[in-house]
Formats: sequence, C-alpha cells, structure tokens
Amino acid sequence: MATPIIAWRAIAPELTLVGGGLLTLLIDAFRPRIRRDVLAALTLATVGLASWFTFDLHDKRSVSMQGMFAVDGVALFAKLILLSTCAMAVLISYHYLSRRRIHRGEYYPLLLFSTAGMTLLAAANDLLLVFLALEILSLALYVLAGFSRRDDASQESAMKYFLLGAFSSAFLLYGIAIMYGATNTTSISGISAVAAQANSRLMFTAMGLLAVGFCFKVAAVPFHMWTPDVYQGAPTSVTGFMAAGTKAAGFVALLRVFLVALGPLQWDWRPVLWIIAVLTMVVGSVIALTQTDMKRLLAYSSIAHAGYVLVAVVAASHEGTSAALFYLVVYAFMTLGAFAMIIASAPGGKERLSLSDWQGIGQRHPVFAGAMTLFLLSLAGIPPTAGFMGKFFVFSAAVQSGETGLVVVGVLTSAIAAFFYLRVIVAMWLQDPDPEAMPLGPTPALVAGLAVAAAVVIVIGVWPQGLIQLARNAGIFTG
Amino acid sequence: MNGLLSWTLWIPLGGALVLAFAPPAKHALIKGWAFLVSLGALGTSLAILANFDKSNGGFQLVEKHTWIRAFGASYHLGVDGISLWLIVLTTFLFPICVLASWNITKNPKMFFGLLLALETAILGVFFSLDLLLFYVFWEAMLVPMYFLIGYWGYERRVYAAVKFFLYTLLGGLLMLSGIVVLGFQARTAVGHFTFDYTVISHIALSHDIQRWLFLAFFAAFAIKIPLFPLHTWLPDAHTEAPTAGSMILAGVLLKLGGFGFLRYSLPLFPHAARVAVPYVVTLALIGIVYGAIVCAMQKDLKRLIAYSSISHLGFVVLGIFVFTIQGLQGGTLQMVSHGVSSGALFLLVGFLYDRRHTRQIDDFGGLAATTPLYAGLFLIVALSSLGLPGLNGFVGEFLVLVGSFARNRAWAVIAATGVILAALYLLWAYQRVFHGPVEIPENKTVPDLNARERLAILPLVAVIVLIGVWPKPFLERMEPALERVRARVVQNEPAQPAAALTNVGTGP
Repeated sequence: MATPIIAWRAIAPELTLVGGGLLTLLIDAFRPRIRRDVLAALTLATVGLASWFTFDLHDKRSVSMQGMFAVDGVALFAKLILLSTCAMAVLISYHYLSRRRIHRGEYYPLLLFSTAGMTLLAAANDLLLVFLALEILSLALYVLAGFSRRDDASQESAMKYFLLGAFSSAFLLYGIAIMYGATNTTSISGISAVAAQANSRLMFTAMGLLAVGFCFKVAAVPFHMWTPDVYQGAPTSVTGFMAAGTKAAGFVALLRVFLVALGPLQWDWRPVLWIIAVLTMVVGSVIALTQTDMKRLLAYSSIAHAGYVLVAVVAASHEGTSAALFYLVVYAFMTLGAFAMIIASAPGGKERLSLSDWQGIGQRHPVFAGAMTLFLLSLAGIPPTAGFMGKFFVFSAAVQSGETGLVVVGVLTSAIAAFFYLRVIVAMWLQDPDPEAMPLGPTPALVAGLAVAAAVVIVIGVWPQGLIQLARNAGIFTG
Repeated sequence: MNGLLSWTLWIPLGGALVLAFAPPAKHALIKGWAFLVSLGALGTSLAILANFDKSNGGFQLVEKHTWIRAFGASYHLGVDGISLWLIVLTTFLFPICVLASWNITKNPKMFFGLLLALETAILGVFFSLDLLLFYVFWEAMLVPMYFLIGYWGYERRVYAAVKFFLYTLLGGLLMLSGIVVLGFQARTAVGHFTFDYTVISHIALSHDIQRWLFLAFFAAFAIKIPLFPLHTWLPDAHTEAPTAGSMILAGVLLKLGGFGFLRYSLPLFPHAARVAVPYVVTLALIGIVYGAIVCAMQKDLKRLIAYSSISHLGFVVLGIFVFTIQGLQGGTLQMVSHGVSSGALFLLVGFLYDRRHTRQIDDFGGLAATTPLYAGLFLIVALSSLGLPGLNGFVGEFLVLVGSFARNRAWAVIAATGVILAALYLLWAYQRVFHGPVEIPENKTVPDLNARERLAILPLVAVIVLIGVWPKPFLERMEPALERVRARVVQNEPAQPAAALTNVGTGP
C-alpha cells in the first residue's frame, strides 16, 4: 500500500478550524485571564479564514484521501452554511455567556471543533468518515450542552443528549458494519456501485439502521424525543447553534448516503422516508401547539422543519438536493434569529422563556418585537420572507418527483404550524404588557447577528434568484 | 404610459416605509402623510383608468421584468377589464379609510403604516400576471390585516384575527400546491417551468388535473369570498375589526375571491368549472338565503352588515357561475357596488360607534330626529345595499338575476328571495335605529356628521348614485374581458344553446 497522499488543499477548511480551535484552547490555558473578546475575535477570524479556503475550492472539485473526502458542490455549500452558523453563534453567545457567568475560554474551541466535525460530515464520502465526523461534532456538543455547570437543566440536557446520541451512534455504526458485510466496502461510491446486487436482506437491515441513526441526529419523528428536553436545557446560544448546524450537517450526510450510496435502492427507502417525513411534519406541528415554553416551542418547530427537508430528500433528485440545501440556509438564519431574540429578551440573566413573558413586548419595544415577528413569519412560511421561498422550492421539487401527496401534507401542516407561531405574535402584540416587565438586553454583537439574520430573511424572501442558482449549481454529488 | 402600474402598486408601500421613520408622537403629520400617499395611489390608478382601452379584452399597460429566473417567475403586471374597477375601488376606498381612522390614538404610526402596506399587497393581487407573484401578494396581505384586526379591533379581536389568519392561510396554502402543479404542467406543455399567467392560460390541461387544481384554487377563493359553509371567519373578523379594517375586508378583500374565480378558476380550468356549477351554485344560493335570514336576527349593527355581505357575495358567485355575459357582468359590477355600499355602511356604523360606543340596535332609536344628515345618508346607503333601482346595488343584482334566469329559472327565483329579505332586514334595522321616539337619553345629544366625516362619506354616496344611474362606463370596460372568460369557459360545452344565452336581453 502506497503512502497516502494527503490533499492538504482540500482539507484546508477543516485544518483551519481545528488549528484555530487548538490555538484558542492553548491561549486560554496559558493566559486564563485573557479578555474574552480576544478569543471571540480569534474564533471569528478562524471561521473567516476557513470560509475563504472553502470558497476558494469552488472550482477545484475533487474526491481525495483515497475516496474518503469529497469536495463537491454539496459539501462546499453545506460548509458555508455551517461556517456562517458558527459565526452567528459566536455573535449571539458573547454577552449571553457573560450574563450567565459561564464565559469560560473553552467555549470557543469547542464551538470550532464541533464545526469542524460538521464540515467533515458534509464532505464525508466514506461511511467511516461519516461516523468519525459525527462523533467529533457530537462530543463537542455534549460538552457545550452542559456548559452551564451550575444549572441542573443544562446538566440534564447534556446527559440526555449524550446518552441518546451515543445510542444513535451505535445504531449508525451497526448499520455501517452490516453495510460493509453486504458490500465489502464503506466507500459511498463503492456501495453505490454494488448496492443493487448486494444481499438485499443485509442491505435493508443496514439501510434501516442508518436511517435510525441519521433521523436521531436531524430530529425526525419517531426519533425526536430528545430534542425538546435538550433544546430547553442547553444554554440558548448552544441550542441555536445545535438546531441550525447539526441539522444542516446531518441532512447533508443523509442526502449523500441515501441519494448516492443507496441511490440504486431508492424505490425501497423512499416509502420509508416518506412515512417519516409525514410523521415528522405532523407530530412536530401538532405537539408544538401545546407548548408554552419558547425553547420547547422552537424545538418542536425544528422537528417540523426537519420534516420539510425530508420532503426534499424523498424527492430524491437534483432539484430535491438543491431545495434541501436552500432550505437549510434559510432555516439556519431564521432559527438562529429566533434563538438570538430569546437571548436578547433577557437583560439580567433571566431569559423570557415562558410565552407569557413575551406579553406586550410589542407595545414597549416595537423594533425588537418586529424583528421577532419577521423570524416567526419566516418560520411559518409567509411570503415575502425567506421561509416561504424555502418551502416553495422544497414543494416544487417534490411535485417534480411526483410526490404531490407529500406536498399536500406539508401544506396542511404549515397551516397548523402557523398557529403556534401566531401565538407568540399574539402574545407580543395583542396582549397587554406585564407592568413589571424587565427591559431588554440587546448588545452590539447580538444586534449585529440579528441584523444579519433579518437581512438574509428579507433579501432571500424578496429576491431568491441568486441563492437558488447557487444551490442548483451546488446540488451535485461527485464521487 | 410606462410604469403606471408599478407606481400605483409601490406608492403605498413606499409611503409606509417613510412613515416608519416618522416621529411617533406627531399624529397629525402621520395621518396627513397617510392621506396624501393614499391620494397619490388614487391619482395614478385614475391615470390607469384614463389610459385603459375599453375595446380591448386583453391585458393592458403590461410590465414585465425577470424576478426569479430559476422558477420561471417574473415581475409581470397588467390590468384588464376585470381587475380595472377593482383596482380603482381599492385605491378609492383607502383615502376614505384614512379619514375614517382619524381618531386612532393607539400607535397611529403603525396603524397607518400597516394600512398602506395592506394597500400594496391588495393591489399586487389584482395586478399580478404571474402566479407566484400573485401568491406572494395574496399571503403577504394576511399579515397587515391580521394586525389591523388584532391590535386595533374590539373586544374579541384576538380570536377574530387568528381565525381570519388561519382560515385564509389554509385556503392559500392549498392554492399554493395547485400553483406548483400548474408550473409543472406548463413545463410539460411549453418546455420550461413558468408561472406566467399569459402562458399558463393557453395550455390545455387534462380533465382530471383540472378537477384537482380547480379544487385547490377553489379552497382559497371560496374561503375568501366567502362561500357557505366556509364563511364562519367573516362575521367575527368584520365585527371585531376597526372601521377601516371592516371597510377593507368587506370592500375589497372579499372581492379577491370573486376576482380569483374570474381570473383563475374559470379560464384555467373551464371543464372543471362547468362540472362544478351545480355544487357552487347551490352553495351560493344557500349563502344568499342563509345570510339574509341570519341578518334579520342580528342585534349588533356591524354583525348585521357582515352577514349581509355573505348574502350579497352569494349573488356574485351565482353571477360568475352561470356563465352568461349578463351574469358575469352583473357579478363583477356587484363586487364593485358591494365594495362601495358595504364600505359606506361600515363607515357609517363606525361613526355611530365613535359617538355612542355601542353597536347594539336596541341602544338606538329615533336618531333621525337628532342626526338628520346622518340618517339620510344611512338611508341612501341602505337602499343601495338592498338593491333599489337608481342606486348601484340594483344594477349588479338585476344583471345577475337576468343572467341566471336564462340558465335556470329556479336559481333566479331563489336568489330573488335574497333581494326581498335584504329589504326586510335592512329597513327593519333602519327603522329600529332611526325612527320611533328617542327613549335613551344619550341619543338626544348625538352630534351630526362633522366636516371630516362628510368628506369621507360623500364620495361614496356619489359613486353609489353614479353607478346606479349610469353604469355604462363600468359595464363597457368589463365586457370584452368577461366575454373572453365566457367564451373560454363555455367552449365546446355540450347541450347549451349559446345563442339563447347571449340574447337574453332581446329574446323572449
């Protein structure tokens, strides 16, 4: 066996993230009293550099590292989503952490390591790398979820996430092992080549186990149970990062495994994912109706949105992949925006987590409530916001693949979902303010993050052409 | 003239954006600006009217630019004889709404900003010749309307606003799935994905697909107009909304349903529309009679007017779905007439509420003596609403009755009972409010209309009389476009003697 050739250029974004993470970690270890904004700035610079490397690869598509690492449109596009998510997370975390007195230096390296895991997952062209990347991203996230050491809810959240995450990893690993048994390879393209001839009983078992593993990660029903508890307990900035980032990375890996490796068997897995998509949309939307905690509400909303992305996966086409990518961008910004608003709602450390805390905010702080309304309307898919364009793209891809029934379910659940987003809007604008309501606590970094998210939601909602084209060009797997 | 439609469309939203930077405490400035902006849109829409070629049944003053190339969606605007008067009606009602809302003290900056944003969204629905653009405006309209009801409405405003929002959203989303399917049908037919109305209206759809798509679009339009039994959002929304909101809801928003039938359901799915006739007409007739009966039992003046809309819009649906030119013209004119009359009625009830803070019919009595001008104007508007010849309501309803009589006599007879019942409930309500002795002391000191209120109501009364005595300019501009719709929907219709349908006015 020849010495492996390392494609340094192709893995430059990941190397940058890991390098930046190690650097931040060391600085924090040797200079524990260093100002936190230096670390945050360093993190942002790392993300910026990684984005530049990623962007620079756009015309150098390749499969390297013995077929394990793909640099294709999907991977690059997903990496840009993930890096923006990470940057947004830094912006919304900064004052949140100080306020909750959990501003410790290791937060930033963990964020970077987790992002590195996510970008690796997006590029993983081999099931082993899929597993490794998933573990890298998850391990960092387990710690982040429990970052608030004195908060029982945060500890519980981390524990739950860890146990169920480990459980789902086991499913995934078992699936990979069986897949290897059936096809004698773990390479995505290798499996794709022999999938149709392989022992179908083994293949179906493996497929099922892989589906379970991925559905855990992207929070699809019936593997969603952890989501509300973990989202509720984790520090809000971590929740936002987790909601947007894990979902994006998980879906890209799911797309790659199912569309490419198991592409020849799509007539077998599409009905299964069809049912999961329907369940996810229905359960997510319906259970969200009864929630009174903002973070739980957004957790169920994220489940429902996973259902919409699954609709694009079931479409199993180039258009579907592009639509899923487009939706993930839109989802990342609107959901991070909504979580950032929750952070901004808290001045002295106590966030407005209960729906009743949001009563009458619109009358006291119209700009703040206006921005939250924008994110909620986008999550509900009302035009002219990005959320509508995302749904439209997904639904049109599904119709193109003949999945009109799925679209009708999606449309009906959207109407249900609109109701619980409206509940928040009703509370903000149409109910009388609590006389002892606290002031808000927006800070410059948070306002910057919110402004970016709001701008993205409006611009993509009014003029989506550029991003659609980008997603279409990117929606191609190589390797 | 170039860009006239875009100017009309965006002037209100531009005005709203400027308003966002206005000092919130300067109420007079905000109201003045909103009035000015709405007058500006009225001005450009009158320019559209002046530039409209009445002999042309196609789209005029068309503007087209690429918007989302990837979806084949374009910024494509145009106006035809169907949308023309609804556009003028919209821009005509908005300045009056601003005047009607002069006493708003709760966050007027946001109120007028939302009102102007709503105007842009409504106009966008009428102007759009691209289905995706149409849908964007259709849904975008919900948000400002939702806030207008929910924030400035009366006691049960939140319930009414949420009900309105969800009902309309559900219908709209079903239509969205239909629009997506149409886009793919277009791709099969012409080779590329497009939402351009002018392209889609020429493709031939199979009967099966037509039926599904008709249902998807029908959900949106039947909820909007609203057709029995999908009307339950209407009484709540109309009653709880502030005066301007009720005026826009009854005056324009309901018409979007009728407009949708004429612009989309009939020309795009002619076969399915023909199949649907007995069902739709039955629902429309139920709506006419049911709405009228329920009206007679109302104790709340505003709720009464709300239910009368269900009855009157039943005529619109009937006129549209009998597929005769008289019916179509009558239905379209009835939309404009009802917009003016119900707008005026809500305005007048709003004036009364401002004075007495009640809308219960029992709280009034003998107002004709204390407020003679108000009573006189109310009488004219009520008479126009019940279809007195010489006023606007008569022309549309009469044409609908003539048009449906030619198609099926029983339909016309049942519909005519709606006219009779309208006289009953409106005159009875009028009698209880304005006639008889003044029994409640507060009613002795109610002031008559002031200058602002007269400025608001008189243009409406003028139009009521104008359409009543001289409907020709309205009808002749509608006719070519409606004739196209009729020709498309009755083409190849078996066993329907077309000649008999078109010669009703002169034949036996």
